Amino acid sequence: MNSPIIETIQLSYDYSLDGEKEIRALDNLSLKICEGEYLCLIGPNGSGKSTLARHLNALLLPAAGDVYVDGLLTALEENRWEIRRRVGLVFQNPDNQIVATTVEEDVAFGLENLGIAPPIILQRVAEALELVGLKSLAQHAPHLLSGGQKQRLAIAGVLAMRPRCLVLDEPTAMLDPRGRREVLATIRMLNRQERVTVVHITHFMEETLEADRIIVLDRGRIACSGSPAEIFSGKLDLEALGMDMPPIPALAMALREGGLAVPQGILHVDQLVEFLC
Amino acid sequence: MSGMRSITLGHYLPGNSLLHRLDPRAKLVGLLILIAALFLIRTFSGFFYFGLFFLIAFISSRLPWRYFLRGLKPVLYIVIFTLILHFLFTKGGRVFWRFGVLTIEENGVYLGSFMTLRLILLVVTTLLVTLTTSPIAFADGIEFLLRPLRIFRVPGHEIAMMMTIALRFIPTLMEESDKIRKAQMARGADFESGNIFRRARNLVPLLVPLFVSAFRRADDLAVAMESRCYRGGENRTKMRQRQITGLDYLGVFTACGIALAIVLTGV
Repeated sequence: MNSPIIETIQLSYDYSLDGEKEIRALDNLSLKICEGEYLCLIGPNGSGKSTLARHLNALLLPAAGDVYVDGLLTALEENRWEIRRRVGLVFQNPDNQIVATTVEEDVAFGLENLGIAPPIILQRVAEALELVGLKSLAQHAPHLLSGGQKQRLAIAGVLAMRPRCLVLDEPTAMLDPRGRREVLATIRMLNRQERVTVVHITHFMEETLEADRIIVLDRGRIACSGSPAEIFSGKLDLEALGMDMPPIPALAMALREGGLAVPQGILHVDQLVEFLC
Repeated sequence: MSGMRSITLGHYLPGNSLLHRLDPRAKLVGLLILIAALFLIRTFSGFFYFGLFFLIAFISSRLPWRYFLRGLKPVLYIVIFTLILHFLFTKGGRVFWRFGVLTIEENGVYLGSFMTLRLILLVVTTLLVTLTTSPIAFADGIEFLLRPLRIFRVPGHEIAMMMTIALRFIPTLMEESDKIRKAQMARGADFESGNIFRRARNLVPLLVPLFVSAFRRADDLAVAMESRCYRGGENRTKMRQRQITGLDYLGVFTACGIALAIVLTGV
């Protein structure tokens, strides 16, 4: 793999509830995210996924350990804005991350914050809207968009800042199936065509099958990591971590247990169809 | 609910008249000058000339007059109140009418109608601006006007940003209140019957969830804005810069001219 774009070194973070009890959200977590990679983060609720995401663009600072983004240390105040430009964060609720009253103005928001010259803003906004397929809706009010369109707008808003890495914190959790497909296709396209590093946090196992690498978090530590084929080979006890197998690997495993010699690494319907027929 | 959604914010009426096309900054500056001029008028003929000017601007704006009547409604009570006060308590000149200790005298009638005219002209002139300026343009104009106050630490940019965000979230919160209302009605909440106090109290199950969610949204939005490098108005640029044209200068100069004429002629 390529050089790491983000690196966490023995990162720990505590949440304090009621100012007394400290809850360890991240525990000595060391992780390298490579340039151009499509990384999926999964794990049960409270495993520290979102906390980790917020460390990747200096929204949260480590209680112990270090986070480097493109060689910049997040703990340093002077690096903060450059890091936030390089690592774009997209959140779960599409409504709550749209600031402006038109689609176009919202995409421009980040660029305006960076103090970029107006002609360049116009150009980059057009580019970003084109990429996510919202160009025809540039003048629309955001509340008239569908969930999937809103989330793609949020992605465009981040994309216009030309980030090197896109961190998406459960971007499809509040969408209907159609919106989910739109958003996933957009993420995949950005990773494959535009070579944007993607860190995708999700609850839906089937969304992870396209990833280069999956990391399973549990109680603030990395429980295991590997390619989708490795994670869903059936050797890992996902149920103990409170997660389900995606349907096709689950079926392949059931067939294997039933005595059929289904090979390892079957993740998609067509692969299974090809083997069986 | 359909009634609630049809509320037009700031009563903006889209259009393409001269007044619509003026830059919001020019309109607001012009409005401030005209308001000052209105307070410098000393005679009824002054109001007549000012009214004439208003009429020209009103006709050129092609706005329906009903909107001006509707806009005057909230100040109606203040107008009536000032009229009564002046009629009854300002003394001097000829006595028109007497009933026991109550008298209506010349000066009272004069001052009362004078104040009333001033108030009405004040409201309709302001309406001319608010009806022809979109809320977003208005926010931009306010930001510009507040800029010199920065030395007194007036957060002009932040005020404009708050206005924009409010405008952005009004439809979202409307939708949400609709949803909560239906959910509470399905649980037996009653929003339609009873007297005004009862109805107000019945709104609690609607307002509490709405506020809780609004605070949550605000929190989310703050984090999202921060992660998109928002750090206040300093060094911020704008995608679409508003261009001041000759027309805008002409508008402001006209307002200045009117104010000057009023001061110099003493009308």
